[in-house]
Amino acid sequence: MIAIIKYPAGNITSVENAVNRLGYECIITDDIAVLRTAERVIFPGVGEASTAMNYLREKGLDKIIPALTQPVLGICLGQQLMCNFSEENNTECLGIFNTIVKKFPPLELVPHMGWNNLQVLQSRLLKGIAAEDNFYFVHSFYAEPCESTTAICNYILPFSAVLEKDNFYATQFHPEKSADAGEKILKNFLGI
Amino acid sequence: MLKKRIIPCLDIKDGRTVKGINFIDIKDAGDPIELAKKYIVEGADELVFLDITATNEKRKTLAELVVKIAKEINIPFTVGGGINTVEDAATIIKAGADKISVNSSAVKNPVLIKEIAGRFGSQAVVVAVDTKFENNDWYVYVNGGKIATGITTIEWVKQAEQLGAGEILLTSMNNDGTKQGFAIEITNTVSSAINIPVIASGGAGTKEHFKTLFENTKATGALAASIFHFGEIPIPVLKQYLKEQNIQIR
Repeated sequence: MIAIIKYPAGNITSVENAVNRLGYECIITDDIAVLRTAERVIFPGVGEASTAMNYLREKGLDKIIPALTQPVLGICLGQQLMCNFSEENNTECLGIFNTIVKKFPPLELVPHMGWNNLQVLQSRLLKGIAAEDNFYFVHSFYAEPCESTTAICNYILPFSAVLEKDNFYATQFHPEKSADAGEKILKNFLGI
Repeated sequence: MLKKRIIPCLDIKDGRTVKGINFIDIKDAGDPIELAKKYIVEGADELVFLDITATNEKRKTLAELVVKIAKEINIPFTVGGGINTVEDAATIIKAGADKISVNSSAVKNPVLIKEIAGRFGSQAVVVAVDTKFENNDWYVYVNGGKIATGITTIEWVKQAEQLGAGEILLTSMNNDGTKQGFAIEITNTVSSAINIPVIASGGAGTKEHFKTLFENTKATGALAASIFHFGEIPIPVLKQYLKEQNIQIR
C-alpha cells in the first residue's frame, strides 16, 4: 500500500491520480499506524509552510515522518518541510535534510513557474532521466544546495531540485504534473 | 533554463470539445480527454479547458468532466468559463484542476481574485483579460468581448496582480482570429509592467508569430486554439522550429 500524507495542502488528488495511473493503489491518510506500515509514503503539498507545520504538529506527524523507515517522497512544499527551516513565516521544519529554505530574490519572475531542466548529480530517484528532460515547477521558496542534493535546477540561482538521504527523497518540482519524465521518477520511487 | 510554454486551448460545450478537429488518428475528436492526451503526446506544456456554455445547471457536468480529465492528464491544466464565486472555483479545483481562470466575473468583482488566491494560492488563479485597442489605448472587454468596461488594460492587470493573480492570460481582440500574429505591443507593455507570468493569446497564424512573440516580449507562454485543432501547425513542428531559433522550449 502506498500512503499519501493527508494535510491541508493543494495537489493531493493529483498525486493520487498519478500513482493510480502507474497501476498502484493508494490511501490518503494522517493515521499514524497506517503511515508507519505503508510500503511507500508520499508527502505532497502546495501551500504555506507554517500552516502546514502547525497541522503536522497537531497530528503528531512532525515526530512520525522523520522516523519513517520505508521510502518517503516529498514533493514541492513537502520537500521544503523536510528541510531544517523555512524562511516562509520563519518556520522550524522536520530537519530531515540539513539545509534551509529561502525566498527567491526577485531578479526574475517569482514564482518560478513552468518547465525547467536539471543538472543531475548522483541520484537513485532520477535513474533514466536525461539532461534535456524537463519538469514542472511552481514555487517561490527554494532549498539551498547541501550534501543531500542530487539534482540542481538553475533559476535566479542554483537550488536543490532533488534531495536524497537514506530512505528520504524529495523533489521541488511536481513529478505528477511532469508528463512522461515525471512518471519515470514516480515509477523509480515506487520501485526502489 | 525555464522554458516558454505552448498551450492549446480546448473549448468545451456540454462536456464535448467544439470547433473542427483535424486529427485523423484519434477516434473521437469531440472527446476532450482524448484530444488532451493527443496534445500531451505532441508536447503541449499545459492545457486550458474553456467551458463556453457554463451555466449554473451545467457546472455539475463540468466538475464531473474535470474529475475525468484529472485522472488522465499528467501535465498542468486550467479550467475557465462561468466561475463567478469562490465556491465555483473550489468545486473545479477540488475536482482536480490545477488552476482556474476568471475573466468577466473578476472585473465585476475584483475581490474574487483575492478570495480564490487566499484559499488556493496565487498559482491557482489565472486572470484572463480580453483587450481591445481603440481611441489610442488598450481597454478591457467582458462577456466574451461584447461589453466595454472603459478600464484600461494596464490599470486592470496591475490591480489583478495586487489582488493575487498568479498569471495573466492576455487575449487581443484586435488580433484574435486574424492569424496575423500576436499583439506584440500590448503584450510587451503588460509583461513589462507586472511581475507575474503573461500568456499571450490571439492572432497566431504561423510558427514565426511565436518566435516574434517570444523574442520581443516577456510573455512566458503562448496560447492558441484553431491552428492546433485544425492541424495547421502541429505542436511538434512548432516546437522544433522554435528550438532551432534558440528559443527555450521543452
